[in-house]
Amino acid sequence: MTGLLLRRFASLFLTLLAVSALIFLVMDVLPGDPAAIMLGTSATPETLEALRRELGLDQPLPLRYLSWLAGVATGDLGTSYTYGVPVAGLIAERLAVTLPLAFIAILLSVAIAIPLGVASAARRNGAVDYAAGLLSQMFIAVPGFWVGLLLVLVFSVSLGWVPSGGFPGWQAGLMPALGALVLPAVALALPQAGVLTRVTRSAVIEVMNEDFVRTARAKGLPRHKALWRHAVPNALVPVVTILGLQFTFLIAGAVLVENVFNLPGLGRLALQALSQRDIIVMQDVVLFFAALVIVMNFLVDLSYLALDPRLRKRA
Amino acid sequence: MSAVIPSGTGQIVPSRGKLRRAVSRGNLVIGGLLIGLIGAIALLSLVWTPLPPGKLNIVQKLKPPLAQGLLGTDHLGRDLASMLMVGAWNSLSIAVLAVTMGAFAGTLIGVTVAARRGWFEAIMMRANDVIFALPPILSAMMLGALLGTGRRTAIIAIAVFMVPVFARVTASAALQVLSRNYVLAARGAGKGGIRITVDHVLPNIANQIIVQVTIQLGLAILTEAGLSFLGLGMAPPAPTWGRMLADAQTYLGRAPWLAILPGLAIALTVLGFNMLGDGLRDLLDPREKGR
Repeated sequence: MTGLLLRRFASLFLTLLAVSALIFLVMDVLPGDPAAIMLGTSATPETLEALRRELGLDQPLPLRYLSWLAGVATGDLGTSYTYGVPVAGLIAERLAVTLPLAFIAILLSVAIAIPLGVASAARRNGAVDYAAGLLSQMFIAVPGFWVGLLLVLVFSVSLGWVPSGGFPGWQAGLMPALGALVLPAVALALPQAGVLTRVTRSAVIEVMNEDFVRTARAKGLPRHKALWRHAVPNALVPVVTILGLQFTFLIAGAVLVENVFNLPGLGRLALQALSQRDIIVMQDVVLFFAALVIVMNFLVDLSYLALDPRLRKRA
Repeated sequence: MSAVIPSGTGQIVPSRGKLRRAVSRGNLVIGGLLIGLIGAIALLSLVWTPLPPGKLNIVQKLKPPLAQGLLGTDHLGRDLASMLMVGAWNSLSIAVLAVTMGAFAGTLIGVTVAARRGWFEAIMMRANDVIFALPPILSAMMLGALLGTGRRTAIIAIAVFMVPVFARVTASAALQVLSRNYVLAARGAGKGGIRITVDHVLPNIANQIIVQVTIQLGLAILTEAGLSFLGLGMAPPAPTWGRMLADAQTYLGRAPWLAILPGLAIALTVLGFNMLGDGLRDLLDPREKGR
């Protein structure tokens, strides 16, 4: 068990290292001088040189990478060129919007997908199954940011129930802040729910066809009990796997949805950094997002051990 | 084999029983019709649109559908139907190019991983994890910061993300083929790794690659729309569905059709590719049926 955990940790560490190297290389090796990009065309050679020195661009590449990495490891992500404040603080501030948004979206998508997928599997090839299939196909096909626009159109523009965007901040109180996140979370959750519904359905059907379920049924266990006691818990492993794999799409969706609802989250920070050519912020935010995806998949890997006792024994 | 390929046409013509099953499922037919229609509109836009899509007519701005042109006009008085038609070509061409590039590179890596295993497999699979951790929107931002945003950046960002997807699918499918007896026999007869891959592995995994290409085209359309919504796609004035939605945000109250129609176009295209992909999977890969 400890050996397995150590191996997983080593793999996590290696992947994170490789991602950081890739991001650094892409930002560094591609044509374009960050100092020139930041200062624009009107910069004098002297100011360019001064900024290059300030950014450490006069140092050799491996040294620059290591110093960036050392900074990341100690929580010093550098200083934003446009905001003039430490990037770590900026990320922490924006995370207070993006993380709750992603979390509510995951909860919502699971709350939609599990009942829909189980109902679909329980009534396989029936009307419920086809309706759920159609619904999940539609959820997968609609872009989350378009759902966001439609929600604004209906609930803000037409009905006037909620503001069309913005975030009051957590200091304004729990309810106003959560209220501002509900519509964006729905927009983010629907495409995820579509994928999860299909996975839940096929996983439950697969388990219901297993010998142990057939035996339990033959011994007189009612169908609904077999479904909830055996099929659903066993179907959770593939569902959690897909939840982990989908996290990368959730992050991408969050960048878009934050933009629709004017939420001051990490995605908008990255976009603003792009338009202001704040390379350091870009580099750090992209690394942070990638690390989030990798750590999430690592946690999913670990959750197998909790969900599947066979893996614990094997380990 | 699950399909009969008559010589000369190069078309996949399914046997009658399977076709009936596919029709009964409807996926293949509805998906095929949707994609055929949208593809035809995209091609038509190359030679004809009701009005030039970039033609401004401020006097007639924000007119609802049928009041001015078939689908109304946008905030600059441009004809929405014409913009949607050209947008179809822009979206589809970027998606097709990106998926083709990703599928080619991914398949090459996948079959090589299956044939070589060992350290090559370990390195490639780790590289896959790394690329998969960077959604196309993030890599497009990184590339965009340095190369500038536009069509090229969008295609590269989507294609790179597709590589691990195809590498994984082809590697696992190729491994199954490589364990078959006829491959062992071919190896015994002195065929080398490359010959075996070309003669036996690729023809046997082609169906799975075709299905995957179809499904990934839907994802590529969604991604391209997202990129152009954020201003990371094709540069204006070329109309894209994503940027039309971004522009529509300002006029939600006055001109809701501007926000509804491009989104509908994206959703129908993605739905078409997904249904076609599901239908093809049932037709070409019976083991996956009903999943």
